[in-house]
Parts: sequence; structure tokens; C-alpha cells
Amino acid sequence: MSSRVYGCLSLIGERITENSDFLTDLDRQIGDADHGANMARGFAAVVGKVPGDDPDIGAALKKTGMTLLSTVGGASGPLYGTAYMEAAKVLAGSETLSAQGFVDALTAAVAGIQKRGKSVRGEKTMLDALIPALEASTAAVAGGGSLSDALDSACAAAEEGVAYTRTIAATKGRASYLGERSIGHQDPGATSAAITLEAIRDYIRG
Amino acid sequence: MVGIVIVSHSRKIAEGVKDLAMQVASASGRIVAAGGMADGEIGTDAVMISEAIRSADGGDGVVVLADLGSGIMSAETAMELLEDDKIDVRLADAPVVEGAVAAAVEAACGSPIENVIRAAEEARSARKLD
Ligand SMILES: Nc1ncnc2c1ncn2[C@@H]1O[C@H](COP(=O)(O)OP(=O)(O)OP(=O)(O)O)[C@@H](O)[C@H]1O
Ligand SMILES: [Mg+2]
Repeated sequence: MSSRVYGCLSLIGERITENSDFLTDLDRQIGDADHGANMARGFAAVVGKVPGDDPDIGAALKKTGMTLLSTVGGASGPLYGTAYMEAAKVLAGSETLSAQGFVDALTAAVAGIQKRGKSVRGEKTMLDALIPALEASTAAVAGGGSLSDALDSACAAAEEGVAYTRTIAATKGRASYLGERSIGHQDPGATSAAITLEAIRDYIRG
Repeated sequence: MVGIVIVSHSRKIAEGVKDLAMQVASASGRIVAAGGMADGEIGTDAVMISEAIRSADGGDGVVVLADLGSGIMSAETAMELLEDDKIDVRLADAPVVEGAVAAAVEAACGSPIENVIRAAEEARSARKLD
């Protein structure tokens, strides 16, 4: 029997792979047409390297982060790699995920991306999906919501964040070379972040 | 001698810059290329860079030069992966080709890491046309 965390990582990998061409096309508009291919290559390595039977969520996320660092290749490698490794520190030794645990892990992941990318909200990056998702899930859990409620709120906010990236110009990453010309296009990294949260939500719903 | 690590999205660029730097500095094995992915694809690999830093260090520290975008992010990640190794590793704010050549000349003279990184960073403002 494979562990829950392995099952969840596998579903994230499946969704990323299904959307690989879509993500690469988004990156073709405002970047270098590799985001989907980068992420799919990374998750193909993740499902091969993370042990399927270890229930320790932290250990699995740490291995995921290290694997993404060395297989993704683009900016999303060190960014998502750092995010998973920071989340791993919060969940080290945990075998189940609570609503608060999810919020704490997402808090650490977002802080890791901000540090790695020297970036903030509003620069047309994955943070424009993840920061609203963090705020919405934090509010849901503060109001007594379950893990499933936290993920519902996170996904809805991430989706809005992705739409918002179409309305702003990029000031970080490759897309920033386009400046104002990046307006009208949706950010690939924000899109893969929303896809990731949806995969976690769907896995937890069962 | 201070070690030098060349980070690029392209394996060929990193190898080529290393060759160029070795030639002018007639330096020994302390210049290490960390370009592209393990399979030769375009990209940067923080784990590969961390291993390059380790092999470039001979006790006097390592200066890292990286190209754009994720080159810098992967280099910074690599430096964090090495936190427990106690290597004096610093990222130069310098153009890769000119910076690497200037750093190699300085390192081959046996200069301390402060001088090597300064030489790399001064290459940023060196004019090419009069
Ligand atoms: N500084 C940053 N902070 C946060 N997110 C960023 C930053 N730079 C880029 N991104 C995100 O990364 C995504 C691009 O990832 P991708 O894998 O295509 O990297 P890339 O830009 O091709 O990398 P490279 O710098 O190696 O060319 C963007 O859509 C954006 O969401
Ligand atoms: Mg790209």
C-alpha cells in the first residue's frame, strides 16, 4: 500500500503532466516555452524517487524539494524546490495532515518562495496565486474550517489570483523583459500553483 | 587558491568559460563548470552546483559566477544546501565571461577571496570600447 502523501504527490504529478502543453503554451506567450516541460520532467523524477511506502509527510516533501531542485531546470526548480523543502520542515515526522498543519506548511512554502525569488505579490508570478490561497485558507481555518474547507478556500482564491495575473505586467522572471506587453497573458507559474492546490484538494476529498 | 564555479543554463557555455579562464590563468583544478542539467538539457541544477562548489574548495573559499534568471536562484539555493560544510562561498555580481577571466587571474596569483570577488565585480564596469 502506498502512503497518503505519496498518493497526493502522484496526483499532483498527473495533473501537471496532463497540463504540461497548456503550461508550456502559456510560457511561450511571455517566457521561453518550457514551464510545462520543466515541471513534468521534475514530477516524473519525484514519483520515481520519493519512497512510496514511507508515511512521513515531511520526509516525502523534503525528497520532493531536493528532486525538483535538480530536475526542473528553470526558475520554478529552485522556487518550488525551496517551497517543498520549507513545508517539509513544518511537517517533519507527521503522518497525517491537519487543517492547521496545511496552513502552517503553506505559510512556510510561500515564505521560502519569497526569499528565493526576492519577490512579492503583484509581480505576475506564482505568488499571485499562492498568497491569496494562503490568506483564504488561514481565514477558513481561523473560522473553525476543516482541512477540506481550507483547500476549497485556497483553490478559489488561487483561481482568482491566476485571473488577476492577466491584468498586470510582470516585474520578476523572464516575463519582465516584456514589461507592459505581458499584460493580457496569464502567468504559467501561477497556473501550475493553482493546479497543484486543486490536486491536493481533490486527493483529500478522495 | 580560491576556487571558482561557473554556472550557466548551458553546459557548453560553462565548459567554454572554464576553458577560457584556465588558459589565461594557467590555473590548476580549482575552476569547475556547473552548466546545464545532468542530462545535458538547458537549465540549472542547484544540487549539481553545490557539488561543484564542494569540489572547487581547497580551503581558501569559492567564488561563484552565474548567468541570468534561475542561474542566480539555483546558485543561492546551492549555497544554502552547503550551510553545514563551512565553505566560504560567495556569489559574484558580475558578468560570467569577463568576471570569470578576471577572477581566475586573481585567484591564480594566490590572492584572498575578497580580492578575487572584487576582480570579478570590477569586470562589470570595464569598458570594451574607448
Ligand atoms: N522571482 C520570482 N519569484 C516568484 N516566482 C517567479 C520568479 N521568477 C519566475 N517565477 C515564476 O516562475 C515561472 C516560470 O518558470 P519556468 O520554469 O518557466 O522558469 P524560467 O523563467 O524559464 O527559468 P529560467 O530563469 O531558467 O529561464 C513564472 O511563470 C513565475 O510564476
Ligand atoms: Mg520558462
